[in-house]
Amino acid sequence: MKICIPKETFAGEKRVATTPETVEKFIKMGFSVAIEVGAGQFANFSDEDYAKSGAEIINDTKLLWSSADLLFKVRAPSLSEVNLLREGTILVSFIWPAQNKELMDKMAAQKVTVIAVDSVPRISRAQKLDALSSMANIAGYRAVIEAAHHFGRFFTGQITAAGKVPPAKVFVIGAGVAGLSAIGTASGLGAIVRANDTRPEVGDQVKSMGGEFVPVNFQEEGAGVGGYAKVMSEGFLKAQKEVFAKQAKEVDIIITTALIPGKPAPKLISEEMVKSMKAGSVIVDLASEQGGNCALTSPGEVVVRYGVTIIGYADLPSRLAKQSSTLYGTNLFRLLEELSPKKDGTVNVNMDDEVIRGATVIKEGAITWPPPAPKLSAAPAGPATEKKPVPKATGGHGHGKSKQAASPAKTAVTLLATAVLFYLIGLGAPAMFLSHLTVFVLACFVGYMVVWNVTAALHTPLMSVTNAISSIIVIGALVQISSNDPLVMSLSALAVVFTSINMFGGFAVTQRMLAMFRK
Amino acid sequence: MSQELITVAYLGATILFILSLGGLSNPETARRGNFYGMLGMTIAVFATLMAPRVTNYLPVVIAVAIGAVIGLIAAKKVKTTQMPELVALMHSLVGLAAVIVGVANYLDNHETVIGTEKFIHEIEIYVGVFIGAVTFSGSLIAFGKLLGKISGKPVLLPARHWLNLIGIIGIVVLGKMFLGTENHADGAVSLYIMMGVAFLLGIHMVMAIGGADMPVVVSMLNSYSGWAASATGFMLNNDLLIVIGALVGSSGAILSYIMCSAMNRHFLSVIAGGFGSDGGKPVASGSSAQPAGEVTPISASETAELLSESKNIIIIPGYGMAVAQAQHTVFEITKLLRERGSNVRFAIHPVAGRMPGHMNVLLAEAKVPYDIVLEMDEINEDFPATDVAIVIGANDIVNPAAQEDPTSPIAGMPVLEVWKAKNSIVMKRSMASGYAGVDNPLFYKENNRMLFGDAKKMLDEVLSGLKAKN
Repeated sequence: MKICIPKETFAGEKRVATTPETVEKFIKMGFSVAIEVGAGQFANFSDEDYAKSGAEIINDTKLLWSSADLLFKVRAPSLSEVNLLREGTILVSFIWPAQNKELMDKMAAQKVTVIAVDSVPRISRAQKLDALSSMANIAGYRAVIEAAHHFGRFFTGQITAAGKVPPAKVFVIGAGVAGLSAIGTASGLGAIVRANDTRPEVGDQVKSMGGEFVPVNFQEEGAGVGGYAKVMSEGFLKAQKEVFAKQAKEVDIIITTALIPGKPAPKLISEEMVKSMKAGSVIVDLASEQGGNCALTSPGEVVVRYGVTIIGYADLPSRLAKQSSTLYGTNLFRLLEELSPKKDGTVNVNMDDEVIRGATVIKEGAITWPPPAPKLSAAPAGPATEKKPVPKATGGHGHGKSKQAASPAKTAVTLLATAVLFYLIGLGAPAMFLSHLTVFVLACFVGYMVVWNVTAALHTPLMSVTNAISSIIVIGALVQISSNDPLVMSLSALAVVFTSINMFGGFAVTQRMLAMFRK
Repeated sequence: MSQELITVAYLGATILFILSLGGLSNPETARRGNFYGMLGMTIAVFATLMAPRVTNYLPVVIAVAIGAVIGLIAAKKVKTTQMPELVALMHSLVGLAAVIVGVANYLDNHETVIGTEKFIHEIEIYVGVFIGAVTFSGSLIAFGKLLGKISGKPVLLPARHWLNLIGIIGIVVLGKMFLGTENHADGAVSLYIMMGVAFLLGIHMVMAIGGADMPVVVSMLNSYSGWAASATGFMLNNDLLIVIGALVGSSGAILSYIMCSAMNRHFLSVIAGGFGSDGGKPVASGSSAQPAGEVTPISASETAELLSESKNIIIIPGYGMAVAQAQHTVFEITKLLRERGSNVRFAIHPVAGRMPGHMNVLLAEAKVPYDIVLEMDEINEDFPATDVAIVIGANDIVNPAAQEDPTSPIAGMPVLEVWKAKNSIVMKRSMASGYAGVDNPLFYKENNRMLFGDAKKMLDEVLSGLKAKN
């Protein structure tokens, strides 16, 4: 099958979907590759480089589009480009299906298959083809570089012969991939970095990148489906606003990365906050394309308001075109590996595969977006482990699942046998024995229920505590110790000694072990 | 105290015991659970002492005092690595107590029961003594094996199944004689002979079981000690004993089941004994699939180098760590690496060590936080994203043959997929095979390195290597 890479037509877009290096990999997998003249020029990949890697260079845009079996793009196609699509082509690019309804309908009418790299589900297996993360990483880095460019001071604190320089203070809002990348870059430059996120569990990740987590003291779970953030309640927003207002007065640079999938960006930095910032401060708004996190952001531009530079570039990854193209190309290569597991130059859009199902938004002209909810959440590792005991309590122990349901015939035989056994017992046994038997059988069931809930880590304490408890047999010895027969008495006393060893030793050793378990 | 009050007290004690086991579902509540257990025991003992039948307190006080001192000293002295031994020894005490109580009850039979009641009562005594005796001798042998005083290898007498069968038949015949006689002295003789046979059965049974199956044996004996208590309860018409015995019995049974499924073995085949030697079929299949290739050794300093460059590390402890007492050094290394930003976690196989949960206790003793200690099911998927997996003194539980070689004696046993990590390091004293007697293809994998030597010594060297890199 033929993979075609057109030149990006969106104004200012410098990226390209494939690098010469990935072209080689595609060819190794049995595909042929064609690329439009000059497609990689802004990302510093020349046509010669592509030709050397084995790609065919095509000058005719129409021919390129119509001859493609697979079409790899960066930006979603424009409405006029959609007309060039041939029926049956598989288009792979950013689509943003939620925001581009018209485009989706138009593509569906062309009877093509569309794989949206922005819709790849956020599960561990799909990380290697998660282009959103790759781009967000670059955007976060570039945001700090842009901020540094417009900021009139050093990032790092210095004591020089010419005087003392205080370090810059950077506040990052939203600790997703972009936010974390910004935190890492800024702290690498020597700034003091603080960060906030609606999901408190990312605090450790912030710390790991060298930032300080500034929490909002309001209890609400901020993680939505798939590890993304969700819309928060009013009470939370108020508390959050107070935190931001306080930070705005203190810091020199604010980088906002707050996005909620499929929704306009939340307005987090108000006009008053901008006013309260020191003159010369910088705000970089990574959410500008979705309306911006700052009230004064002008999408796509740099503006100065109240002495504060507000950067609203929507094309930060494109400003690092070579890096973005390289990472994006690799993401597409990984995606192709999923699509073509046999590596024989053909693809299979396998809708049973969770990753492919999630990313495929149009399948042969039928819109298949949105996909069913993802099964696994990648991000909140913290709460996930806390929640673990719950399914265990209801579903029994993991090992218990392997039990197969017995066949009806077998069940019937067992039931019958039990019935006969009970009948015989009922026929011959005295009432006293039966009441004991009742207690015994019920206790077995209670024990069964209780013990399945014991966590595997505590199996040793379980054994030692049950061992201690089984010294309850001491009661048997105690009731006989007052016997007149000296032999019985001394035997009983001996039994009391043994069980006491067990009783005291068992409980003490359990206590000792349990005291060691710590979080 | 009236019988009604005692019954109510017993009821309270029963509830406390159930809460005690229930508390173990979580380390947070487990300490309270243990306290409930102690409280329940205290209530039960005092209520019994208040019963009108108990008049002679002096021997009770003396006996309890002796037992308490011995028990508390033992609990304080024992090392966490010897926990399985202690537990096995304690099981034997319960078994012995059950035997004594049964015998004493028979000798002290003042209650004039007749007809079916007498018949059932004597069956209860007989069964109680039998289970107690098997528990006692079996636990003693298990203790000896765990201590290393008795070889861990299965001792397989010729025709051992027949020996067991003869023993059981003998016990049934003796039981008939025991029940048939009106004469107490004759009955006692049958009872004693049966006791002896049961002792031998217990010994024989555990002798035939290999060291790797010890977790199953220990939990099985745990279960037996419960059933022995239950049988005593039937004998004494005491519901409290019946309930507690049943709780302990089912707990042990479930543990045995968990251990067996963790090794993909059938309970009966474990009890029948001998790994890979069933029915006289030697491990011939294993030799045909002899893993090819070279093992690549690594030095402690190279290991330190590798660790300091790794972000994601999983440590798989096994019995070797317990033997070498290396858990504290392991935690020192863990702490150091975590401070330097690596993600270090522990993967625990359900049958690692010689007792259910053995590794968890060792790591807890070394103060490893329990939220980085994960079960096999929780962590197995993470190996492909792991830079280094370190296996400390474990073998069969990381053997890829269980998944790859259907002819392997351990085929189908769930294992930790260490070989999927980018690198793996196996710490071992020598190339000897594990308890299962199966060669381990992991050692020959390209991305595996062997660190030969005593685990404690090697880890100390790794630790100092890491510190030097600071």
